[in-house]
Amino acid sequence: MRRFWKIALVGVVMVCFLAGAAFAESVFIYGRGGDAVRLDPADITDGESVKVCNQIFETLVKFKDGSTEVEPALATSWDISDDNLTWTFNLRDGVKFHDGTPFNADAVVFSLERQMNEDHPAHEGDFGYWSYMYTNVDKVWAEDENTVKIKLKEPYAPFLYNMACFPVMIVSPTAMLDEGVEYFRTHPVGTGPFAFVEWKRNDRIVLEKFDGYWGDPAGVDKLIIRSIPENTTRLMALLAGEIHAMDGVSPENIKTLKEQKREDLKVVAQPGMNVGYLALNMEKEPFDDVRVRRAISYAINKKKLVDELYQGMAVPAVNMLPPNLWGYNDDVEDYGYDPEKAKVLLAEAGYPQGFETDLWYMPVPRPYMPDGKLIAQAMQQDLEKVGVKCNLVTYDWGTYLEKLENFEHTMCLIGWIGDNGDPDNFLYVLLDKDTATPGSAQNYSNYKSDEYHDLMIKAQRTFDQQERDALYKQAQELLHQDAPTVPVAHAYNLAIINTDVEGFKLHPTGNYWFDGVTVK
Amino acid sequence: MKLGKYFFKRIIMLIPVLIVLSFLIFTMIEAIPGDPAQIMLGQHASPEALEQLRHSLGLDQPWYTRYGLFLGRLARGDLGKSILSGRQVIHEIAEKLPATIELSFFAMLIAVLVGGLAGFISAWKQYSLFDYASMFGALIGVSMPIYWLGFMMIILFSLILGWLPTSGRIDPTTALHAITHFYLIDSLLQGDWKAFKDVIAHLIMPSICLATVPMAIIARMTRSAMLDALSQDYIRTAKAKGLGMGRILFVHAFKNASIPVVTVVGLQFGYLMGGAILTETVFSWPGVGRWILEGILARDFPVIAGGVLTVAAFFIIINLLVDVLYALLDPRIRY
Repeated sequence: MRRFWKIALVGVVMVCFLAGAAFAESVFIYGRGGDAVRLDPADITDGESVKVCNQIFETLVKFKDGSTEVEPALATSWDISDDNLTWTFNLRDGVKFHDGTPFNADAVVFSLERQMNEDHPAHEGDFGYWSYMYTNVDKVWAEDENTVKIKLKEPYAPFLYNMACFPVMIVSPTAMLDEGVEYFRTHPVGTGPFAFVEWKRNDRIVLEKFDGYWGDPAGVDKLIIRSIPENTTRLMALLAGEIHAMDGVSPENIKTLKEQKREDLKVVAQPGMNVGYLALNMEKEPFDDVRVRRAISYAINKKKLVDELYQGMAVPAVNMLPPNLWGYNDDVEDYGYDPEKAKVLLAEAGYPQGFETDLWYMPVPRPYMPDGKLIAQAMQQDLEKVGVKCNLVTYDWGTYLEKLENFEHTMCLIGWIGDNGDPDNFLYVLLDKDTATPGSAQNYSNYKSDEYHDLMIKAQRTFDQQERDALYKQAQELLHQDAPTVPVAHAYNLAIINTDVEGFKLHPTGNYWFDGVTVK
Repeated sequence: MKLGKYFFKRIIMLIPVLIVLSFLIFTMIEAIPGDPAQIMLGQHASPEALEQLRHSLGLDQPWYTRYGLFLGRLARGDLGKSILSGRQVIHEIAEKLPATIELSFFAMLIAVLVGGLAGFISAWKQYSLFDYASMFGALIGVSMPIYWLGFMMIILFSLILGWLPTSGRIDPTTALHAITHFYLIDSLLQGDWKAFKDVIAHLIMPSICLATVPMAIIARMTRSAMLDALSQDYIRTAKAKGLGMGRILFVHAFKNASIPVVTVVGLQFGYLMGGAILTETVFSWPGVGRWILEGILARDFPVIAGGVLTVAAFFIIINLLVDVLYALLDPRIRY
């Protein structure tokens, strides 16, 4: 009899094991650097928080796979009024939040109004991105349960793309009002393919597949996003098989990976939605002379910079717009590397012996420029060859930006990462005369062209995609002629994944969506 | 009892020390360039957004107002809110302190046991091979860069041998309820033996890495204190009396040697509590050290102040306990 129970016990244990194997959940473990700050999409400013929110929340429109054009998400269609001021969004039926409450027009109004309206019960937070991207919004209201209308103060075509961005992700009003905004920041509730499970600060965030999702269900049962700040440690976790994929890949990591010769790991790369460039302050001599600016463009060896200092993980820039955005002008010819021509132009402008100036660089690695100092030094050498002697200058990052905003520099290295995939976000923000106001400038070249400004405003007010495309192409020609900046490179978005991972896609906007990922 | 009064007096002294310290931290951070609001918003900031953020963080007020508000809150036991995360600083410390304490405790345990034993034996068998070898080892331990040692250990034990995990406190797929936030205790409380072993596996490398410097210092200190004690007259008397070597070493020599050793241990524990920033960074250990470092980079004054003051408080209390320990160890010491 004793023997029977022993065998039975073994049998039970075996069944449990097998059942466990059958019901074993699939997990995708993703490693990134810093941890998220908070999970209220309207109140975040950092990429790590956006990364997590992308899995939990959704917007009315979303970016198409591999493109910066938009397609329906929580809204199935949209329209613009005849005066081009009022947008109407028709919402998707039958969508639920993770807490079971229904998604409807009221939820959309709630998510937007809480940021605009100081008296709103959920107006708790800084909403840094609202005043940066959405101040044009005049009113939001629900026409009926499935229709939302948004009236703008001025016609603004890029608005549609702004509606695909994280600050206007739709949050569950019930969850926010019941538990309060502060609780929501660590227990988010959205409509996305993944629902929140737990957050161990500076360690990991655990999400699980949402069974009630309106679209295709997520490819894995559990998604764990780990925070490993030290780059090398993160790579080692990947090599040891503790994580399935990682971002924040530095050029050294690529080298290490090549040396390891691992067949089961591969690098995925794509030009990012960014541009690293040298801005020439046109208010300071001699940069007010277009010949000098063109000379500098000829003097810099971009290909060498990209090969050596970006480890080839970038594409040399011709325009201020990254090549994978619509509106990119492929016909513009780069100045190219021609130090002789540079010297001729400098002589013509009255500087046959060259001149002395400052070259500012940032002390921190930026996605568009992995090592500002090395790039500045390389440029210093290039410019020396044509007679332009540069003193290298730097400040800590916060101070650097402040000084740039006040036009304290002559030449500075800087860059930009796009927000919404609309060319306006690069060409207007970085080079229009509107943004050349000292104290808050983003047009670090102080480029004040009326002709350019007209093109920008027209493109903002036109809703015809082809017309806008043509206008932006024209603008890039103008920039090429006037040379207020020297575009240097568009850095790649990089990730390293285990070959067991399928469905991992990079997106031109630099965002990550993991719902299509499966792990063998 | 006089000791009690002494203890109480020393605890009271904590308050003025921490206030002066907080003022020093405040002025140092004011002197460093960098605006937290600008750092948070980066380039994607409109001037309105920056102004709004500065205002909501209270950064547009003069420094004495801000410092005064800080002191006022401190008096009520409120360390304020982190500029970066908006959460209560006390809350964040409560989350991260157990991680650092757990790590420091184990590092200290290793340092005391291994270092103390090495020093003890070195003194007993002075001039032996063990003596030279362990003192040489101590020299290396104190000189070896922790960053490098940490990565080397990960490469050897995680990648090549595959024995230990690379980083973190616990396997991400393990579901452990954090009750005390001391994972070893939590896993025992829940009877989760698998989690317990997992936590130990994660503790081994960072603890050893962190222990190298204190271990080396304790070894040398123990050795020299023991040698000093062994050269005393009372030891000769004890030997003359015919006492066994064991009794001489442990009861007479070690007890007397322990006073300087305990001092060093106390100071070292304070150093470990300093958050062991390097070890926490290499092993992605979610402790106080990393948190303070991130606070410094973001110019997050409440975090920096809260973190440094907590570490200072620990340091002071530990050294107070050391002083109390003296009174118990050495009858000559009376307060």
